[in-house]
Amino acid sequence: VRDRGDLGFRLAIGAVALLVVAVVVGIGVLLVRQSWLSIQEFGVRFWLTRTWDPVAGEFGALAFVWGTLYSSILALLIATPIALGIAVFISELSPVVLRGPLTFLTELLAAIPSIVYGLWGIFVLIPLVRSLQAATPESMRALPFFSGPPFGVGMLSAGLILAVMVIPFTSSVAREVLKTVPVAQREAAYALGATRFEAIRAAMFFARTGIVGAVMLGFGRALGETMAVTMVIGNRPNITLSLFEQQHTMAAVIANEFTEATGDLYLHALIEIGLVLFVITLIVNAGSRVLIWAMGRTRTPQLAAAPAAAGAAA
Amino acid sequence: MTYGMRRRIVSAMFVGACALSVLIALVPLAMILFFVVREGIQSVNVALFTQMPRPVGETGGGMLNAFVGTLILTALGASAAVPIGIVSGIFMSEYKGSRFAVAVRFAADTLNGVPSIVVGIFAYGIAVLPFRQFSALAGGVALGIMMIPIVARTTEELLLLVPGALREGALALGATRARAVFTVIVPAALPGIVTGILLALARIAGETAPLLFTSFNNQFFSTNLRQPISSATVQIYTYATSPYVDQHRQAWAAALVLVAFVFVCSLAARFVTARVQRLRG
Repeated sequence: VRDRGDLGFRLAIGAVALLVVAVVVGIGVLLVRQSWLSIQEFGVRFWLTRTWDPVAGEFGALAFVWGTLYSSILALLIATPIALGIAVFISELSPVVLRGPLTFLTELLAAIPSIVYGLWGIFVLIPLVRSLQAATPESMRALPFFSGPPFGVGMLSAGLILAVMVIPFTSSVAREVLKTVPVAQREAAYALGATRFEAIRAAMFFARTGIVGAVMLGFGRALGETMAVTMVIGNRPNITLSLFEQQHTMAAVIANEFTEATGDLYLHALIEIGLVLFVITLIVNAGSRVLIWAMGRTRTPQLAAAPAAAGAAA
Repeated sequence: MTYGMRRRIVSAMFVGACALSVLIALVPLAMILFFVVREGIQSVNVALFTQMPRPVGETGGGMLNAFVGTLILTALGASAAVPIGIVSGIFMSEYKGSRFAVAVRFAADTLNGVPSIVVGIFAYGIAVLPFRQFSALAGGVALGIMMIPIVARTTEELLLLVPGALREGALALGATRARAVFTVIVPAALPGIVTGILLALARIAGETAPLLFTSFNNQFFSTNLRQPISSATVQIYTYATSPYVDQHRQAWAAALVLVAFVFVCSLAARFVTARVQRLRG
C-alpha cells in the first residue's frame, strides 16, 4: 500500500513538473505555427534581405539580426574583462569583510529592472554619450566606427547599457566556477614561488571551460534584452559598423511593432524573428550550461583524489 | 629590471586591474541609484499612489491605476507560478536521479534563459489571440511563466541542502514520502524558499516587455481581468518616451518605487540567507 501511495505522489508531482517541460515545448510549437505564413512566403530570403516594408508586404530581418549581434558582441567585449576582474577580485583578492557587500552590490545590478536602465539611459547616459561623440576628433570620424552624426542615441549607448546589465551574470557564474578550482592547485602554484597573478592565471586556466560558459551566459542575456536597448538604440534598421549610428535589434522590433502589426503576414514575420531569437538563446544557454557542467565534473575526481594522495603521503 | 621584479610588478598591476573593474561596475550602479533617487524623490507623494493620471499637458495627478495594475498582474503571475514552481522543485530534488528530473531541470533552465519578449509572444498566442482581447489575465500568464523557473530552481537547491538525517528520521517513523516532504523537508527549507519567491516577485514586478502585448495598457482604472490593464513598468515606458516633462517626472517617481521594492526584497533575501547559513554553521 505504501509503495502505491509513493507512486501516486510521484505521479502527481511529476504531472506538475511536466508543465515546465510543456511550456518550453509549447513556446517552440507556437512560435513555429504563428510564423508559418512568413516562413513559407520568404524562406531563407527573410534572413538575407534587409527590406522591411510592411506596406508592400516585403519583410527581411537582416538589419535586426545585425543590430542584435553587433550590440551583444559590443557588450560582451566591454563586459567580459570587467566581469572576470570582479569575479577574481571577490573570490581571490578581496578582504573577507568586503566579500559579502561587494557580492550584494554587483548582484543588485542584475536586480534593477530593465525599464529603469532604459529610463536612465534616455535621460543620463545618452547626453553623456552625445557629448563624448561630439568631442571625438575629426581624424577619428574618418574611421567607419565613428562616422555619423553624434546623436547620443545609437549603437554605443546600447552596447554600454547592455554591458552593465550583463556584468553581474557573467561575474557571478565566473565566481562560482573559480570556487570549484581545488585549493591544492593554488597552493601548489604558490609553493613553486608563483606570484598572485601567476597563481590566479593558473586557476583561471584550470577553470577555462566554465569561464567560457559564464561569458556565453552573459551573451545569451544580451541577445534577448529588450526594453533598455530599444530605449537607447534609435530603432532604425541600419546595417553599419558605426557606433554613433542609430540601429535596431530583433527584440526591439518585436516590442515596437507587435501591437501595430496589421495583417497576418506582418505579425507572422515579427513572430518569426521571435522564433529565431528563441532558438539562438536556447543554443547559447544550453552551450553555456554544458560547459559549466563539464567544469563541475572535471573537478570531482580531482577533489576525491586529493585526500587520498594526502593520506598516501602521510 | 630583474625578472623577479618584473613578475611582481605584473602581479601588482593585475591585482590593481581587478580592483579597478569592481570600481568600474560600481560607477553605473551608483549613478543609476543616484539619479533614480534624486529625480524620483521629489515626485513620490501621496498623489502618486492615490490619483489617476491627469490629461496630457496638465501637471500633477498620479499613477494609481498603474500601481494597482502591477499588483494585480504580479499576484496573478505568482498565484500560478508559486505552487507550480514549488512542486516542480520538490520533484527535481526528490527524484533527482531520474531522467525525467534531468529533463525538468533542463527545461527550467531553458525557460529562465528565454528572452522575456518571447515569453510575451507565447502568452499572446495562448491568452490573447484566442479571445481577440488584450487582458490582465494574459499579462498574468506571461509573468507567471517567467516566475516558474526561478521558484522551481530555488526550491530544488534549498531542498537538496536539507540534511538527509531529517528525511530518514521521518521515513523511519513510518511517514509516507508525501508526508515526509510536506511536514518535514519543505518546512526545514521554508525560509529559503520564501526568500526565493520574494526575489522572483521583485523580478516579475519589474518586467515590461512581456506585458506590452498581453496586458497592454489602460488609461482608466480597471480591475477587470478580462480587460487590458495598466502597469507601472509599461507606464514608465510610455512616459519616458513622451515629450512631456511632467510625465518624465512621474516616470522617475515610479522607477524609484520599483527600485526601492527591488532593493528591499534583495536586502531581505540577503538577511534570510545569512541567517540560514549561520544556523547551519
